[in-house]
Amino acid sequence: MLEILGDRFTYAVILVLMMVGLYAVIATGNLVKRMVGLSIFQTSVFLLYIATAKITGGAPAIFAYSDLAAGTIPDDAVYANPLPHVLILTAIVVGVATLAMGLALVVRIREVYGTIEDDELSEIDHDDELKKGV
Amino acid sequence: MNPYVVLRVVSKLLIPLIFLFGLYVHFHGEYSPGGGFSAGVVLGVGVILFALIFGMEAARKAVPPYAARFGMALGALLFASVGFASLIMGGEFLNYTVLHPDRTYVGQHIGIIAVELGVLTSVTSVIIAIFYAFAGRERSGDTAED
Amino acid sequence: MEPQFLPAAIAAHAPALLVMIPLILSAPAAMITSGRAAWLLAAIGVGSALVLAVEIFLATRAEGAVLSYAMGGWEPPLGIEFRIDALNAALLLLLGSTGFLAIVFAGPSVADEISRQKRSLFYSAFLICFAGLSGVASTGDAFNLFVFLEISSIATYAIIAMGWSRDRQALTASFNYLVMGTIGATFFVIGVGFIYMSTGTLNMADMGRAIADLGANRAVEVGFAFILVGIGLKAALFPLHQWLPNAYAYAPNFVTTFLATTATKIAFYVIIRFSYDVFSINSGLVTNAMLWVITPLAIAGMLVASTQALFQNNVRRLFAYSSVAQVGYMLLGLGMATSLGLSAGMLHLINHAMMKGALFMALGAFALSYGIRRIADFKGLGQVMPLTSAAFTIGALSLVGVPFTVGFISKFYLIQAALDAGWWWAVAAILVSSVIAVFYVYRILVAIWVSPPDEVRKASAKRVPLAIAIPLAILAGANLVFGVWAEPIVAMARAAADAAILAGVAS
Repeated sequence: MLEILGDRFTYAVILVLMMVGLYAVIATGNLVKRMVGLSIFQTSVFLLYIATAKITGGAPAIFAYSDLAAGTIPDDAVYANPLPHVLILTAIVVGVATLAMGLALVVRIREVYGTIEDDELSEIDHDDELKKGV
Repeated sequence: MNPYVVLRVVSKLLIPLIFLFGLYVHFHGEYSPGGGFSAGVVLGVGVILFALIFGMEAARKAVPPYAARFGMALGALLFASVGFASLIMGGEFLNYTVLHPDRTYVGQHIGIIAVELGVLTSVTSVIIAIFYAFAGRERSGDTAED
Repeated sequence: MEPQFLPAAIAAHAPALLVMIPLILSAPAAMITSGRAAWLLAAIGVGSALVLAVEIFLATRAEGAVLSYAMGGWEPPLGIEFRIDALNAALLLLLGSTGFLAIVFAGPSVADEISRQKRSLFYSAFLICFAGLSGVASTGDAFNLFVFLEISSIATYAIIAMGWSRDRQALTASFNYLVMGTIGATFFVIGVGFIYMSTGTLNMADMGRAIADLGANRAVEVGFAFILVGIGLKAALFPLHQWLPNAYAYAPNFVTTFLATTATKIAFYVIIRFSYDVFSINSGLVTNAMLWVITPLAIAGMLVASTQALFQNNVRRLFAYSSVAQVGYMLLGLGMATSLGLSAGMLHLINHAMMKGALFMALGAFALSYGIRRIADFKGLGQVMPLTSAAFTIGALSLVGVPFTVGFISKFYLIQAALDAGWWWAVAAILVSSVIAVFYVYRILVAIWVSPPDEVRKASAKRVPLAIAIPLAILAGANLVFGVWAEPIVAMARAAADAAILAGVAS
């Protein structure tokens, strides 16, 4: 059990983070906390990609210049695959945009409704509907 | 004005260095980790630090909000114009190699620097614009409720 | 690619230009403050996308024709490839034409609903949304697809929230959509990540080949599940549709018209692309997913969402629930996993865009004249706005599936495909769902045509501006014309389905 966990330590951490994020999104009624949960959830996926970038004995994409010059790249050398990093850079930008958009909405909701608690919001929305006679 | 003299003096020293570092990250991004995204964030954070220490009024004077809105679009246009330049010179969209008539690697240099400059402009402006949008709001909701 | 009617120099770059022109025009639209000029930029952007989509559509008519465009000159599978066959071309054409009709409609509708200072930013966000959707429909790279999906989604949250000045519920609706949409997109990235880990490629055609070589692999299967759930959220697949009704009900009218005709369709396209071309439809995994996940959920969606629509008093929310049910029809076609079923699903996708376009545009015209949206307020509209009401009625009848409308054609082909697959129960579900549709449409039509109008309303009858009347007439006319002369649409859907199957075989 411990060995399996040791082998897949990064994945275990990522899984825990992912569930923490998702739980926060679902369980909390506070919209700001919900955005925090969403961010944690997204970040765990960034880690998932970055974790795959480390390849032991894989084909080199970026490697030490001295190894290249000597023509000796050891089989067990640890390489970094640059592609996941680039992908995640893009994903981080997308995440920041989503976060900014979400927080902007929360600010506006606070100004218009006077609350950012989900249950109070649905109550107000429900009253609104009744007032309009829907 | 913020009464903390230490903060003011230190940030006056630091902010130019932050900007300088941002530009270094940008222009060295071709050879080392860095580039428009990271440099843009560094530059944007420099402005935000300025706003935190010297107040929103001073920051608005230094970088007016319309400049941030303009910069966002300008960066995107700069990026796109590189794409269209490469189209006009006979390559695919964003194919930098055609930007220099004989030496493809020079074209690559020109292309990546120009594109990253667009990214830098956009990211810096977006970071500042997001900060202004949140920091500049009146707290009208509070008074209405309480 | 062979130039069709545009100059060769432009035609060669059509796939890139189609996405890039609207994306670039969004920048000047954000710089200026004049709403009118921003509208013009949006119209130019969408109009040029429509012209390029026609060019691309003509170029991919031949069987098995595939346009491949290497972004930046980096050849696939390493570089980002825009890969367009008859399936994407049909989607792009639909996106361009409904987008163009919607932007014409936007002129008066947005002027009525969005405050003056915000209009240029609104059009800028719309252009980004449009470019993102066309990017999703053109790209051949899985991660690039995610980026375009998020570009369009974030812009969509913004333009939905712009409805708040009319109705503050637009804010909560947009926020809920943001949370759900982001979870969906993140699930999609997790799925792509799993496939990337196992195959080492992000190009979708290349992925298809690698997965076929790999054989049964648990990581890839998990990836498929994540992608299905993630995109299912965006496509409003039945139990994942909770964000849709409120978002459609409280967004500005123009936004609802545009989203109802395009957004869920693009997500549906992604499901087709992944289940047919990246994964093989004949593999046990996908066949099981189609039979035991997609089909039951599609039928549940058809029945439950239609029933929910019965109990709505807000007309826009009623049609939003009906949209969820209609997504069910498309998914049912996909779930049959046959060539006939897929082409029936594609046919319904195109036809549904026409009906919902006409319906939401007519609702926009009603809202512009009277600011109404409840069924009770629709009393006697037939007498004060007869032509708009007639267009609305055509759309509504088409939704039910009355003969000589496009709705009948798509249900006819769907039932035919179901019978061909031997799925009698699916035929029953289609008929029951159609009967429920009769009931909810009946309520509105009775209010419009039978109930007498209020005295006040007779006096204040306003003319519908031409910018709304013309696109509305085109959409309503299309519902009738293609209901009788169905050949071109059926051929288009069949070609799209064949292209999806062919790309799956090739990979």
